[in-house]
Amino acid sequence: MFLINCPYCGERDQSEFVSGGEAHIARPKQPTELNDDQWAEYLFMRKNIKGIQFERWNHAHGCRKWFNVARDTSNDKIEKIYKMGEQPPKL
Amino acid sequence: MSKNLRINNKQFVDETRKLSFIFNGKKLYGYKGDTLASALLSNDIHLVGRSFKYHRPRGIMTSGSEEPNAILQIGNDDALTDPNVRATEIELYDGLICNSQNCWPSVKFDIGGINNFLSPLLPAGFYYKTFMWPASFWEKYEYFIRKSAGLGKSPKKQDPDMYDHRYMHCDILIVGGGVSGLIAAKIASDDNKKVLLLEDKELLGGSLIYDDNDISKIDNQKSSEWLKKLIENIKNDKNIIIKTRTSLAAYHNYNFLLARQNLTDHLSVNDRSNKIRQRLYKIRAKKVIIATGAIERPQVFHNNDRPGIMLASAVKKYIDYYGVRCGLENVIFTNNDSAYETALSLYKSGTKLNAIIDIRDNSSSEIVNKVKSLGIQIYWNHTVVNTKGYKRINKITIMKLNDKGNDVVGKKIELNCDCLAISGGWTPMVHLFTQSGGKLKFDNKDNIFVPDKTNLNQLSIGSAKGDFELDDVLKNSIKDTKKFLQIENSNFDKIDVKCSKEKEKKNIWLLPSDKPLSKTKPFLDYQNDSTAKDIKLALREGFKSIEHVKRYTTTGMGTDQGKLANMHALGIVADTTNTNMGDLGTTTFRPPYTPLTFGTIVGRNVGQFFDIFRKTPIHDWHVDNNAKFENVGQWKRAWYYPKDGESMHDAVQRESKAARESSGILDASTLGKIDIQGTDANEFLNRIYTNAWSKLQIGKCRYGLMLNEDGMVYDDGVTTKLGENHYLMTTTTGGAANVMSKLEDYLQTEWPELDVFLTSVTDHYATASVCGPNAKKIINKIFKNLDLSDESFPHMSFKEVKLDNINCRIMRISFTGELSYEINVEASYGKYIWEKCIGAGKEFNITPYGTETMHLLRAEKGFIIVGQDTDGTMTPVDLQMDWIISKKKYDFIGKRSLYRSDTIREDRKQLVGLLTDDPNEILEEGAQIVKDENKKPVNMLGHVTSSYFSPTLKKSIALAVLKEGKKLKGQKLLVPMIDKTIKVTVSDTVFLDKENERING
Ligand SMILES: [Zn+2]
Repeated sequence: MFLINCPYCGERDQSEFVSGGEAHIARPKQPTELNDDQWAEYLFMRKNIKGIQFERWNHAHGCRKWFNVARDTSNDKIEKIYKMGEQPPKL
Repeated sequence: MSKNLRINNKQFVDETRKLSFIFNGKKLYGYKGDTLASALLSNDIHLVGRSFKYHRPRGIMTSGSEEPNAILQIGNDDALTDPNVRATEIELYDGLICNSQNCWPSVKFDIGGINNFLSPLLPAGFYYKTFMWPASFWEKYEYFIRKSAGLGKSPKKQDPDMYDHRYMHCDILIVGGGVSGLIAAKIASDDNKKVLLLEDKELLGGSLIYDDNDISKIDNQKSSEWLKKLIENIKNDKNIIIKTRTSLAAYHNYNFLLARQNLTDHLSVNDRSNKIRQRLYKIRAKKVIIATGAIERPQVFHNNDRPGIMLASAVKKYIDYYGVRCGLENVIFTNNDSAYETALSLYKSGTKLNAIIDIRDNSSSEIVNKVKSLGIQIYWNHTVVNTKGYKRINKITIMKLNDKGNDVVGKKIELNCDCLAISGGWTPMVHLFTQSGGKLKFDNKDNIFVPDKTNLNQLSIGSAKGDFELDDVLKNSIKDTKKFLQIENSNFDKIDVKCSKEKEKKNIWLLPSDKPLSKTKPFLDYQNDSTAKDIKLALREGFKSIEHVKRYTTTGMGTDQGKLANMHALGIVADTTNTNMGDLGTTTFRPPYTPLTFGTIVGRNVGQFFDIFRKTPIHDWHVDNNAKFENVGQWKRAWYYPKDGESMHDAVQRESKAARESSGILDASTLGKIDIQGTDANEFLNRIYTNAWSKLQIGKCRYGLMLNEDGMVYDDGVTTKLGENHYLMTTTTGGAANVMSKLEDYLQTEWPELDVFLTSVTDHYATASVCGPNAKKIINKIFKNLDLSDESFPHMSFKEVKLDNINCRIMRISFTGELSYEINVEASYGKYIWEKCIGAGKEFNITPYGTETMHLLRAEKGFIIVGQDTDGTMTPVDLQMDWIISKKKYDFIGKRSLYRSDTIREDRKQLVGLLTDDPNEILEEGAQIVKDENKKPVNMLGHVTSSYFSPTLKKSIALAVLKEGKKLKGQKLLVPMIDKTIKVTVSDTVFLDKENERING
């Protein structure tokens, strides 16, 4: 059970949050100009790596804000938490 | 009792408080302070159960949570009986009733004991190999296996006990109240840390508290005396919260831990009423110190499982702590110095010790020299090769080991023995450390796994880390705790410790016998009856990974989770395969460390508190009017209102007929409602719905279909334009929370530039939906000044009016196809407005209808229910709702996916209507649709999603999803059921009022 440091509320129990999967996958601005493969890349393809993964999390039972988390999937250690729109940290 | 097994011990057992208890129907006595095990032993009872596979007689073996044999059924009440309770862990109380569980018909005459003689036929994997073939016989085998296996009986009734959960936070959590944990607690407290100290026993102090030998000294005092002063000190320490009878169940990531406290299990049954039985602590600790100690290992030799064979440390504890002798003819069998402490305890208590058998060549430590000086016979370099006595050990045979230790030589010596105290060294309790994700390393010197790397803020100290001698335990605990807490000095820095030091070590995982291995029974896992032979068999049959060997032989898979067996199993695998134990690795330790009752896990969340349920403001009216309810998401929704013992079918037929012929009323308060405001609200709607919203005027309503980005239908509902930048969206009842989250997600992450604000107002408004040909008349009676003409208030429009100072938002929208008004008011006025409608509608026979009738009415019109007619794989095109997809909009969520190669396939499943050839035949929802049922395998074309009997059409109707359904209209198909095949014809999805004339009444 993680302790997650919400950038708006502070440290809270994992049960207050939901995970939203991989971060930094922007919705294409012009979807209609993409072919099937390019659209599928956006729609379906997600990383599942051992190591630092960048993820979206939402403080669903709290401030309801979305934010980004850099988590080491090998040990669940959260290396960094940063707001939406910010660039991923170099880790 | 004929034998004198009690010795005087006033310290921990209160001999003035005699307690009676019943074991297997026989009344016995013990004292306050006894465990059930010590009380049984004081009555000369060792035999308490039968082993799982061979049904061999088994006795109490340990004094703690590692106990594999003394597992009893406590209580005989159908609701309160507790299976699989370790006699070594339960404190004796007056009136305790317990029974042996793994035997039938009785522990002394056990029919399954025949398995013992059949054991050559029952090797590892026997059950897998034999009973799995032929598969059809399994049910027959199962009956007998279950009957003869039986690990306790579960209670038959609901658990009446109360359980509790509590969150706790601390700077330092210390697990284990032995000497290491106590020292660490004191050091942390002196540094002003908030300490939580957990001890699973009743008293603090661990094994040192009853240590009575004269060799171990701390600051020149007897070690137990020194420790008692420390405990007094700690009990008065304001920084330290102590929880006794509390065992740690699980150690999760981020230092989140679960501990279970026993609050009433030690009380007599009468003293338990209205008390919480157990409490589960959910602990967040900044730092964790594990001081869980070590467990003694048995030795593995032929017939090492007879009642009377016990761990040496347990024999010592029963004497020194409980004042109970485990036997009158004791023999010790060891490979290390620690068992000599047992020898001293036996000697001091005046208990006969016939001999010590030590597999080592010699030992010259202080404690061994002391035992030698007492004139006790020690057989060096000897091993036990056999034991005798069916229900209680009475003799052992020993022989000399050869130079390599892999065989025995010389002549047999037979010794009398009614209690054999065995010691094979010690295993640190690293379970919690590994549960938390910590990695172990192997220590070749002591043949143990010790904590190595961890990502968490934790420390293992004392025997749990691999220190076994008093000076190492104390000095390293002090040093490591100071370092862990970053403390320079402590009050323990000048501590002076004296103890005996072990110099000679020898370990043989599988001791040789004069018989070949195939003729012997050297047990590893007592509970699962796996022997060293089984391990070797598994290796011969090709199992290499220790995890596979474990599963094949079931070694370490009992309720003791291999606390005793694992190390020997690993050792034998390593020896047999010529592998280093460190390279072999260990099996995984999983929570819980000791079994938990379900009651503890669920706490207060039972019965009506199991899950949240939501009621509408009109709920009480539904109850008063005999509604049956159904769960929709968390909501309780009125399902139908049976009158005078009506069946559900009859009620629904009556309700839907009334709605079509005069008027009906539905509580629609549960529909999700989202208030949308902001200058970009209209643009936002354009992006999230498939249809166009730009031209919607104030006061008008529009139906919208929401897709996922993959093009599949996600939700639907009507949105009303309340003002220039103000909308009220409705969602499906079950989808409300998810829709809200999805919309927030897009606003926060994809389109933060949009000026849009979302507020969930589902609970703020109550909704009464009045429909039917007489709906207008009813509304007119309530809202006398409201112009209800089609010109002023047409279908899909909205008006805001006041009634008795209540703001009413009325939408003229319809989910039934009838003329219909939905009145939304603040929730607190919901019941008032509902009753107004009922009153006004009385002369028109206004009929309350539930969700079932609503489903029927909408199905007649071919309106979909998201989640019933769709399942996350249906596009709007599949639903034949092409009309709702805007061709003009450049983009909306899911648009691009609507022309992926997969979504434009023509043979996708599509929504169709189905009519049964026999109009009275109602299809079952979920039934499969086929064309040809004779050609095997039968090709399944789709399934029925909604099915009803329509009283208005006087026939059965159904919606279904069907491969290439759009092309199949008019086709005859089959719906095969278990007892018949129903003939159906594919039809249009709209069954009633195709011209939409009823919408205007
Ligand atoms: Zn927050």
